[in-house]
Amino acid sequence: MKAQIKNILLVGVGGQGILLASEILSEAAMLAGFDVKKSEIHGMSQRGGSVVSHVRYGTEVFSPIVPEGEGDILFGFELMETVRSLPLLKPGIGTVVANDLRISPPSVLMGQEVYPEGLTEHIKTLFADFLLVDGQKMATDAGNVRAANTVLLGAVSRRLDIAEEYWLKALEKMVPAKALEVNKRAFQMGHML
Amino acid sequence: MKEILSGNEAIARGAYEAGCLVACAYPGTPSTEILENTLKYNEINSSWAPNEKVALEVAIGASFGGGRALCTMKHVGVNVAADPLFTLSYTGVRGGLVLVAADDPEMHSSQNEQDSRNYARFAKVPMLEPSDSRECKEFTRLAFELSEQYDTPFMLRSSTRISHGKSIVELGERVTDLPLPKLEKNPAKLVMLPGNARVRHPLVEQNLVNLSKAAATMPLNRLEIRDRSIGIITAGICYQYVREVLPDASTLKLGMVHPLPHDLIREFAAQVDTLYVIEELDPFIEDQVKAMGLTAIGKEIISLCGELTPGRLRSAFGLPQPATIPVEQMPGRPPNMCPGCPHRGVFYALNQLKAYVTGDIGCYTLAFMPPLSAMDTCVCMGASIGMATGVTKVVSDEEKKKIVAVIGDSTFLHTGMNGLMDMVYNNSPATVIILDNSITAMTGRQDNPASGFTLMDDPAHAINIPLLCKALGVKNIRVINPLDLEETKRVISEEMERPEPSVVITNKPCVLIKREDVFQKGPVYAVDTDKCTGCRACLKIGCPAIEWLPAGDGSKKGKARIDPLLCTGCDVCRQLCTFDAIGSKQ
Repeated sequence: MKAQIKNILLVGVGGQGILLASEILSEAAMLAGFDVKKSEIHGMSQRGGSVVSHVRYGTEVFSPIVPEGEGDILFGFELMETVRSLPLLKPGIGTVVANDLRISPPSVLMGQEVYPEGLTEHIKTLFADFLLVDGQKMATDAGNVRAANTVLLGAVSRRLDIAEEYWLKALEKMVPAKALEVNKRAFQMGHML
Repeated sequence: MKEILSGNEAIARGAYEAGCLVACAYPGTPSTEILENTLKYNEINSSWAPNEKVALEVAIGASFGGGRALCTMKHVGVNVAADPLFTLSYTGVRGGLVLVAADDPEMHSSQNEQDSRNYARFAKVPMLEPSDSRECKEFTRLAFELSEQYDTPFMLRSSTRISHGKSIVELGERVTDLPLPKLEKNPAKLVMLPGNARVRHPLVEQNLVNLSKAAATMPLNRLEIRDRSIGIITAGICYQYVREVLPDASTLKLGMVHPLPHDLIREFAAQVDTLYVIEELDPFIEDQVKAMGLTAIGKEIISLCGELTPGRLRSAFGLPQPATIPVEQMPGRPPNMCPGCPHRGVFYALNQLKAYVTGDIGCYTLAFMPPLSAMDTCVCMGASIGMATGVTKVVSDEEKKKIVAVIGDSTFLHTGMNGLMDMVYNNSPATVIILDNSITAMTGRQDNPASGFTLMDDPAHAINIPLLCKALGVKNIRVINPLDLEETKRVISEEMERPEPSVVITNKPCVLIKREDVFQKGPVYAVDTDKCTGCRACLKIGCPAIEWLPAGDGSKKGKARIDPLLCTGCDVCRQLCTFDAIGSKQ
């Protein structure tokens, strides 16, 4: 039974819309008939700190947090946060879908440390299944740069056993009506990747 | 209908289904969203109180009036509400009363990780502990029923992982057959004078004995016999980790953690070879199990500190851990005050003035971090002012001038104003800065008695903080614009010199307030790279909108850049630049 559980991590920086993305994913999994649990820490993370959201679905889910080393998919909204959370993945066999975006933390902004170089190469050497997405550009093409998360959701959706109709239903429920068309387009674009 | 709900949403839903009429709270992570969700049900009157003690007293009044009432708070809030709680157990209730205490093991957003279960035992109040959102809803509903059935308030203990975790919940209907609230006098039960209280106390003790017996057959306490070599008594989120890591072990899953079902515990212990108690924080269940004369393993293998995780539970049982790739050493990403935050200039000034800052609880506590580094103490809500008075009682006259208490508007109204009363009464020479940003910001922008609105978004009287300070007897009250660095530093410095109580109040709103006409973004600023000498003065306020761009030649040279998407035009960095390199783009 345990083997049937999918462990997904959504990571990035507070304010990037990670909670909404993980809610859409959870909703789609529930509509597809799975048991779902989701966990993350609010509070201090709202002020621009690191955010890690855990989503698990399957026939029956107990722990709401993904045990270290058991993640199937890491869904990174920011590169340094993506690399920071790699230890949560199954070594070598986990999938990484990362947004090609760098957001400097305070120590880098102040010039005390530098933003690490070569992060995408680092991920590539560790994980064969690695997709780098220019979410900002694709979302702009879809009609709104703020739909970048939805492009990434689309890219992740191809790697999960949740039919497209449930994703679209989840988007309809969770995304405001005026932004729905753009988000559906962004999702489709991500889904082709 | 099925929905994915957070524990907090499910508690609100449970209260709604139970026919709850009143919900009252002071915001506190991880409990805040419960009231933000009871708000969605028109049948419930939801309100923010100035502090947890008042919140519980409002709920008690609603209960005494005959209505079902919910009161929620974070774990440390129970300390504030403890006074009414300990006597509420004696009076019992009329309408059911449920108090939610949301604990924060691991201190994700708290100053300590006290275990609220001890309060249940200490205050003699029964406590339920759900293990997922489904149980959050069901247990809340049940707690209201049991509260009336046993004539006692019920506590519901949550934790960060339960409150902020989401799982699937089957929604039910609201009960409609409850009696309408109506006044009914019963002083022997509700007036806790010694003569009455002496009569009530034995009833409370008997009630707990009755509940302990009844709990043996309540479905919320559940025997799950699997492999009998290991038997685990557990509750709450720990149950989920036990099922995840030790799927074959037998479990006694407790839904009621106070009083414990002694008969059921003995029955379970008799059926298993080795008995374990798996719980976060204190050995609350374990100590009682051992006091029953049973042998059990608990805190020998599970830490007293922090939260449990599947990995930590695996280690405790000596099970192999999954392989992981090593952790990369990279720059950390701590939370920071927002771009344009009106607190930033105040702490810059306090740093420059080398003040000894007694701090308080709010976003501004983040000012203890570099580069502002301007907070020296932080203990609990409202403590800054009392601490400032206390420090001045022991240090030299010269050092007394350095003492500054810093507190937000919501925290001041919570329990800070009592400290100010004492400061005036006992003539402390310290200076108090009230950072009035018109909102309770840290927990996510909740209204408070000085913000002009209620939780239900009705216009409300906004307390005039300068007048309140005047009424408390403060003679020296200065209101400043914290975005004007010269004024901020000058006024704080003058008041620090003054050998009597003084209060400085800042008057700029939080940048996150969404109401129109409150916070307004100014023109975006930019750095003139011809004029920027790379002196780094603007970096000293730690604004997330200002970035250092190294020259790229390996030297320490570089220039500042302002991110136009993040800048709010607060103007503080411009005032720091002595080379006139920062200005608005318009």
